[in-house]
Amino acid sequence: MIRVVKTKEKSSRQMMLIRLGAFVLALCAGGLFVLALGYNPLEIYGTILSGAFRSEMAIQSTIKFMIPLLIAALGVTLSFKMKFWNIGGEGQIIMGAVFASYFALYHANWPFPVLFVAMLLGGIVGGGLWALIPAFFKTRFGTNETLFTLMLNYIALYLVSWLQEGPWRDPNANGFPKIPSFAPDTTLPKVLGVQMGWIIALILTAVLFVYLKYTKHGYEIAVVGQSKATAIYAGMRVDRIVMRTMFLSGAVAGICGMVQVTGSDKTLTTGVAGGVGFTAIIIAWLAQLNPLGSLVIAFLFAVLEKGASVVQSEFGLAIDCADVLQGVILFFVLGCEFFIRYRFVIDGAAPKKGGKTDAAH
Amino acid sequence: MNQYAIECRQVTKTFGTVVANDGIDLNVRYGEILALLGENGSGKTTLMNMLSGVYHPDKGKILVDGKEVSIRSPEDAMALGIGMIYQHFKLVDVFTAMDNIALGTPGGRLPVKALREKVREIGQSVGLEIDPDQYVYDMSVSEKQTVEILKVLYRGQRILILDEPTAVLTPQETEKLFAILRKMREQGCAVIIITHKLGEVMEISDRVSILRKGKYVGTVVTAETNEKELTERMVGRPVSLAIQRDEPQDPQVILKAIDLTIRKPDGSVAIDDLSFEVRTGEILGIAGIAGSGQKELCEALAGLCPAQKGAVLYHKENLIGKSPREIFQLGVHLGFVPEDRLGMGLVASMGMVGNMMLKTYDQTKGPFIDKKPARAQAEQLVEQLRIVTPSVDTPVRMMSGGNVQKVLLGREIASDPQVLITAYPVRGLDINSSYTVYDLLGEQKKKGVAILYIGEDLDVLLELCDRILVLCHGQATGVVDARTTTKDEIALLMTGGGKGAQA
Repeated sequence: MIRVVKTKEKSSRQMMLIRLGAFVLALCAGGLFVLALGYNPLEIYGTILSGAFRSEMAIQSTIKFMIPLLIAALGVTLSFKMKFWNIGGEGQIIMGAVFASYFALYHANWPFPVLFVAMLLGGIVGGGLWALIPAFFKTRFGTNETLFTLMLNYIALYLVSWLQEGPWRDPNANGFPKIPSFAPDTTLPKVLGVQMGWIIALILTAVLFVYLKYTKHGYEIAVVGQSKATAIYAGMRVDRIVMRTMFLSGAVAGICGMVQVTGSDKTLTTGVAGGVGFTAIIIAWLAQLNPLGSLVIAFLFAVLEKGASVVQSEFGLAIDCADVLQGVILFFVLGCEFFIRYRFVIDGAAPKKGGKTDAAH
Repeated sequence: MNQYAIECRQVTKTFGTVVANDGIDLNVRYGEILALLGENGSGKTTLMNMLSGVYHPDKGKILVDGKEVSIRSPEDAMALGIGMIYQHFKLVDVFTAMDNIALGTPGGRLPVKALREKVREIGQSVGLEIDPDQYVYDMSVSEKQTVEILKVLYRGQRILILDEPTAVLTPQETEKLFAILRKMREQGCAVIIITHKLGEVMEISDRVSILRKGKYVGTVVTAETNEKELTERMVGRPVSLAIQRDEPQDPQVILKAIDLTIRKPDGSVAIDDLSFEVRTGEILGIAGIAGSGQKELCEALAGLCPAQKGAVLYHKENLIGKSPREIFQLGVHLGFVPEDRLGMGLVASMGMVGNMMLKTYDQTKGPFIDKKPARAQAEQLVEQLRIVTPSVDTPVRMMSGGNVQKVLLGREIASDPQVLITAYPVRGLDINSSYTVYDLLGEQKKKGVAILYIGEDLDVLLELCDRILVLCHGQATGVVDARTTTKDEIALLMTGGGKGAQA
């Protein structure tokens, strides 16, 4: 009989090894999938890597993929640290984008520095308020934040649909419902060939790292996340901390939306978030809610995405296959967390010394 | 021929790298009550869980009625005639006593009338009074325990294991339970009772098996031993069981509770019109059956839970309705060691450093935290209280219970409290750590701190405290002088009987 038992806590080095092992296994399993489709896995993997890095333009494009993933992951990190299950990153991104778009569309004549600050603040306020709504109801009435944030995503999405059908519709689009493209001098300039969002992303990474680790607010978030009773015992005003942190979480997501519309899309569409809010959750989780970790993981995700698009054009392999690969990797990497905490033992056999647990099934 | 009902041979069970049971030998005969004695973490419950099919041993044999068996599940245990009664009862609240008793029994269900008769009959055979039609949600804790026992008897199981059955009972209810157990012994049942209360071991058992740190120490015949010997075997070295108690120096009233009424979140009354005084340089014990309002009282005093009525006066200032921070700003330095150490008093995932600054992180200027004083304090505590931890940054949840309590109590004492509230501060601690706690409290008392000690062990309350407030259903049934009162008097007060002597 095989049973599952808890293992002792492992050192961080052992945990890294297990995760690395899981990643390798994921590549193998993904390879089998590619093989089944009739392609050479090594070739495909090689193309993903070379596709992401083969030229300056490819690298720039990879970075461009990374920007929204990273910023959104930083946003959910804040709320997840507090064990507030904010899966409304998607909606918060959209609302940030909507608020920023307003300035880009209707105040294009402002000097760019002023406009930039206005758009940034728009993103912060839009995303922040959108996240504040579920936080308010949670602290006031004890509503379930998971459902609440999820539902708000759809409201935000259909708000954009409405805007593009109605008030913000482009009169020059021959009746096609779309929002006009932003004037060229309202969009974010490029730095080193990539829209300057990457600078914002890096600044945010550093700021959040310090915020979570070295400030009183960060300490409060950690305590509330661990146990509300302890936070109350310590004299913390839990409701205020929850609302403040959720506002910040949404604000960062809002910045993501702002950067996306003004830096990459240069207009507002219903696809502005495009699942980034959900992928961000995975990135933040894989990074163990560490902002610096999110930087690395977001980059890897961007490589996969960019590389997959090259695979698509070179091999005619549908882009959905990249999603399958992504899913396989996630399955293994998240699944290996189980082996960090538990192991299998076979009855009758002498129990092995805990600690050396393989990531293999 | 007196065959063993259960015999364990070299049973071993490991969890991860922790060896919970290491080569345990244990046996019990029919017609015998065996006490299983050991400190917390000595592996008593693990062993019993293997007998009842919750766990399966890694090594070793279990024999029932002389035959080797493999107990894979609680159903297997039931079929072998082993009935287990847990601390937390496994009853369906919305069912009646007899429905609970008949639930899950093999074979068809008896008609209601026959079932009712049978339940009554079995009850009477061991001297149990029970109403088969009573719903479980209407029952007291001891009545629920009765139903659990009947469940075992109804199934014809003749081996009964009880896991700390007296922890939730009043002294009178304990007596009743023991009477039932003796009846069962007469009828030829084998009874194993897990406990760490020595008095009960001496009173009820025929033999005592002792475990220490997962290892089997030995079995002695109760009549041939005494409490002192049992303690020494349990702890592994001679211990002195006397608690040092000094006379209070110049006690002054520092907190005065007047007509305090507190409701639980569900609306029921936890503390009912309670008035008492807390004095400096004195330990005020609070005795009562678990759940008599102790938790709510502590939390209200600490500003964590509101009161419906009444006041707690510090000089002329009412503390009720104020947050912990406002109480602190009034100049009242309140230390509070809550019952739930890792869930309330400490942040389980943080190290000692992070925990040291839990209440003080906000006292510096600026947005950043200053970990230096906290680190210094943590290192000082490690040295002073001989706390065993790999480093001051190791998460406290990975520390042993005794060390966790030292961290919590140490932090509260380091804040120089005027009033120190401690809720069950030695629960789950081994004897050594318990005495460290008593010593620390004694030192604080000498320094003039007013101490509130919520306890469950009456012997300790009698030896440690100066006065004892006895609670029964949230009401004070008396305040007695710990030096002159007796255990019987407190036991009587705990159930609401007797007249309170004002000390």
